[in-house]
Amino acid sequence: MSHGNMNLTLKVWKQKNKNEKGRFETYDAKGISPDMSFLEMFDVINEQLISSGKEPIAFDHDCREGICGMCSMYINGRPHGPKQGITTCQLHMRSFKDGDTIVVEPWRSAAFPVIKDLAVDRSSFDRIMAAGGFVSVNTGNAKDANNILINKDDADGAFNAAACIGCGACVAACKNASAMLFVSAKVSQLALLPQGQVERKSRVLNMVKQMDEEGFGNCTNTGACEAECPKGISLENIARMNREYLGASFT
Amino acid sequence: MSQNSGFLGSSIGKKIIMGATGLFLIAFLVVHCFINALIFFNDGGLTFNVGADFMAHNWLIRAGELVLFAGLILHIVQAFVLTMANKKARPIGYDKIDGTANSKWYSRSMGLLGTLLLIFLIIHLAHFWVKSRFTGLPGEDANGHENLYAVMQETFKMFWVVALYVLAMVSLSYHLMHGFQSAFQTLGLNHKKYTPLIKKAGMWFSILIPVIFSAMPIAMNMGWIK
Amino acid sequence: MASSPKLNSKIPEGTLENKWTKYRSTVHLVNPANKRSLEVIVVGSGLAGASAAATLAEMGYKVKVLCFQDSPRRAHSIAAQGGVNAAKNYQNDGDSIYRLFYDTIKGGDYRAREANVHRLAEVSGNIIDQCVAQGVPFAREYGGTLSNRSFGGTQVQRTFYAAGQTGQQLLLGAYSALQRQVGMGAVTLLARHEMMDVVNIDGKCRGIIARDLISGKLERHFGHAVLLCTGGYGNVFYLSTNAMGSNATAVWKAHKKGAFFGNPCYTQIHPTCIPVSGDHQSKLTLMSESLRNDGRIWVPKKAGDTRNPNAIPEEERDYYLERRYPAFGNLVPRDVASRAAKERCDAGFGVGSSKMAVYLDFAANTERYGKIQANKLGLHNPSKDEIIRLGKEVIKEKYGNLFDMYKQITGEDPYELPMRIYPAVHYTMGGLWVDYNLMTTVPGLYALGEANFSDHGANRLGASALMQGLADGYFVIPYTIGDYLSEEIRTKSIPTDNEAFAKAEAEVQERINKLMSIKGTKSVDHFHKRLGKIMWDKCGMARNKEGLTLAITEIQKLKEEFWKDVRVTGEANEFNPELEKAHRVADFIELGELMCKDALDRNESCGGHFREEYQTAEGEALRDDDNFAYVAAWEYKGEGNFELHKEELKFENIKLAQRNYA
Repeated sequence: MSHGNMNLTLKVWKQKNKNEKGRFETYDAKGISPDMSFLEMFDVINEQLISSGKEPIAFDHDCREGICGMCSMYINGRPHGPKQGITTCQLHMRSFKDGDTIVVEPWRSAAFPVIKDLAVDRSSFDRIMAAGGFVSVNTGNAKDANNILINKDDADGAFNAAACIGCGACVAACKNASAMLFVSAKVSQLALLPQGQVERKSRVLNMVKQMDEEGFGNCTNTGACEAECPKGISLENIARMNREYLGASFT
Repeated sequence: MSQNSGFLGSSIGKKIIMGATGLFLIAFLVVHCFINALIFFNDGGLTFNVGADFMAHNWLIRAGELVLFAGLILHIVQAFVLTMANKKARPIGYDKIDGTANSKWYSRSMGLLGTLLLIFLIIHLAHFWVKSRFTGLPGEDANGHENLYAVMQETFKMFWVVALYVLAMVSLSYHLMHGFQSAFQTLGLNHKKYTPLIKKAGMWFSILIPVIFSAMPIAMNMGWIK
Repeated sequence: MASSPKLNSKIPEGTLENKWTKYRSTVHLVNPANKRSLEVIVVGSGLAGASAAATLAEMGYKVKVLCFQDSPRRAHSIAAQGGVNAAKNYQNDGDSIYRLFYDTIKGGDYRAREANVHRLAEVSGNIIDQCVAQGVPFAREYGGTLSNRSFGGTQVQRTFYAAGQTGQQLLLGAYSALQRQVGMGAVTLLARHEMMDVVNIDGKCRGIIARDLISGKLERHFGHAVLLCTGGYGNVFYLSTNAMGSNATAVWKAHKKGAFFGNPCYTQIHPTCIPVSGDHQSKLTLMSESLRNDGRIWVPKKAGDTRNPNAIPEEERDYYLERRYPAFGNLVPRDVASRAAKERCDAGFGVGSSKMAVYLDFAANTERYGKIQANKLGLHNPSKDEIIRLGKEVIKEKYGNLFDMYKQITGEDPYELPMRIYPAVHYTMGGLWVDYNLMTTVPGLYALGEANFSDHGANRLGASALMQGLADGYFVIPYTIGDYLSEEIRTKSIPTDNEAFAKAEAEVQERINKLMSIKGTKSVDHFHKRLGKIMWDKCGMARNKEGLTLAITEIQKLKEEFWKDVRVTGEANEFNPELEKAHRVADFIELGELMCKDALDRNESCGGHFREEYQTAEGEALRDDDNFAYVAAWEYKGEGNFELHKEELKFENIKLAQRNYA
């Protein structure tokens, strides 16, 4: 297989499972094409590892077009690597130079235990959603869609918050492994819409309670989450959630 | 943090306490700075001592002082609790972190800056507050007010003290640079129009207050004011 | 032609408009107390799976949901860009249920079941209502009402959208509803679980064998009914717009356990995808159909022209879609646009380093928008540069995210150079054969969404996949499942130590052992790529008898080689993505063979199935309604043997006609 002419050194976290201790392993990535995506480079390395009888590197990935939120590599000290506004799968090798050493680690958070190598368990996000990230409307109860009029600003605001793909880069980027950006995006989306008003207070209380129980850290407003979010979810959402929480706690 | 029991036990509740006490301390800084700046009348401390005397003996101020200490302690304790929880939230750290790519160093170093400020504060209190409130001051000024000004002059003769104060004010500046706007964010006081204003005001505040504070020991040490 | 006696489509009596209403009002019900003891397994958590699971749980059934991803929110429905159709007629442009029904049947080249499609059109409006009630942030007008746009193959504006992320927003809506039920304990969620086989007892589907992908342990799950909502099988082609994990294992296992496979050869090749850049390529990225509104497709008139596209003068460009189909131009349906691109590239007019691409050029419309914008701003005699600058701003507002995505992947700036695009496998219209109730030929086993064959005939229209997935999950299965489960209220939960479960698990275990023990020399991906190449070359956009016959033997050989020489690293009792892939690819190989057999058997061209032997003088698809107006439902008859059963398609409300876009 001929690919390209970049040669790189990779320092990758290897960990057999949740219970065993991990360590870094070094791999040579030879003949990498600048047109490859970062994950395709991993495909190439894995293919080489398999053909030499070694175990490939496990990593999460699925859609490979930046929308499913499954890929999750912490590359050279940043979630999803050196570029802004993209996921790991959208990162291409032309963002690196021949001869670079690249350090690849899993998301680090007590609430995201490592499953194997670079794959982590993000089911804590699902549990937070189950605690309140919804509008309680059973199928068949809806009135005609245009009976609910929503001004464009609120609709756009809700949409921007709803763009979250739940990848967890915010947690990975945060020095405290806080999940505030993720949680606030959902709280904001529904707080901005008339459909979300009925459960507005219980939603924020329950979601924050679950977030705390999962063992995420606390928000200290460094803004790293916003800067690293591949979907540009804004810190405004965190302020809104704080407001919602304060309001729900004292009224 | 594993348990969330009510507002004060929750992560957001704790942060709101941090933000609220932070803003309260910022308010105190304004008062403190204003009264201290009275030395710049350069009248041998006469005006300043009026203020200092008032602050030391007015019962309302003394009561407020208790609240201030309570706020300060709450701020410190809460910071400690949060830091412990945050440590627990990431038991295994990263090998490589490119923090500058996504945030400001001082935003990531609030704990360190705060600790430096705490050390400074202890020294600072020993220099002035303990003397003013407990061990007593060296006599009165020409107007018959307690002469805290004299203590200042005495203290700031030492170069290391001045250096320490200036360094502490640099820490304060960065602590405020993050803390001022962060407090508003934490309290949910966020608005398309006003948030940029708050950020700008916060920046100026974070520069001006420490500069004024630093000017005092420097001016006294250099003998610019007598 | 009469339908095979093995295929009872259970289409209700009555006029087309009344079938569903009447059926819904007369179908057997299950009382609330009984629902609590009836268990339903839902495999897959995309639009169909999540919506079905949430709704069934709301109704009181005990539901289990499995997904192979780490969270149900990641199912590949999330990647749908354009929108969801619904016959709301909010734009007052003459839309109606009948029109949506008609467009869908015609778009599918008259190879879909009338009753199903009409039901789909009927419930389409409810989908929008339901999603809005859940808080799905659809695009809106300044007055606060919902916004619509138009899509290929229709003359009305009936597509609801949320920027270029409609699939994501709809899925997150269904996922929210699902998580709500999980939180209430009504749904048991099994993420990172893959279905390995179905378990039939006394002729009825009674559960599944699943593998916990983290521990590698095999699990037995009982269900009174099992719903397969596992999406399509486009990844048979290796390169497709599907997610890396999208697979056919669940439907294929069901097929081998008695579920007939409907129209396996119907695959949709989407015309506007980013071309392959090298043999490292792992997947293809779609560029939304909406780009064809403002992009003009062309190739150089001279074969092998390697000049920079901007240096090729207007008169030396061949806008072949506008030339061949003046009435629809660049907005012909997907199958037509794809074939036309292939035709030009095969004839040597392709562009780019691979020569397997055509240009999608926004320059003309950039200029047009620039002029309009200049007028709006009251600029008189703006310079050409000024016009282009203004035009680019308009284009950026409309397609900015897509342009960014393109630039990220190719390294080329589409504002300066035309995009290079080529067709790619996108969707599979075929799937498990289901009756009107969405039940397969195995009682108690259902297939929903892309996993079934039912609504799109031989070609799916844009923005109809989301509609179908949600229709099946929210509004069809909750009613139709009652028809079966009402008869099951006396069936107690079958303990999973039952011998049928034990046997099925042993078979799965045996297969895992086999895969792990081969220890051959070639990776799973190696075989997958080879399968993909065979399928793409011989069962792709154009097919012929000779190629298909050859493909079948090649696939059979590949299968043999796979089972002799594949190398699966790691161990079976741990998180092992290689083992997961091996299972999936083994199934893709078998399914690929059936696809070729079906394509070979269908001696006509229709929709996405284009047989070179059957075309008009102009090179258009030539249907044979007299002999092929049927659903091909294949029965598995053991190792590489399949028996064809036909379900006759009766068109009582629509007159069959040759599709004409010229």
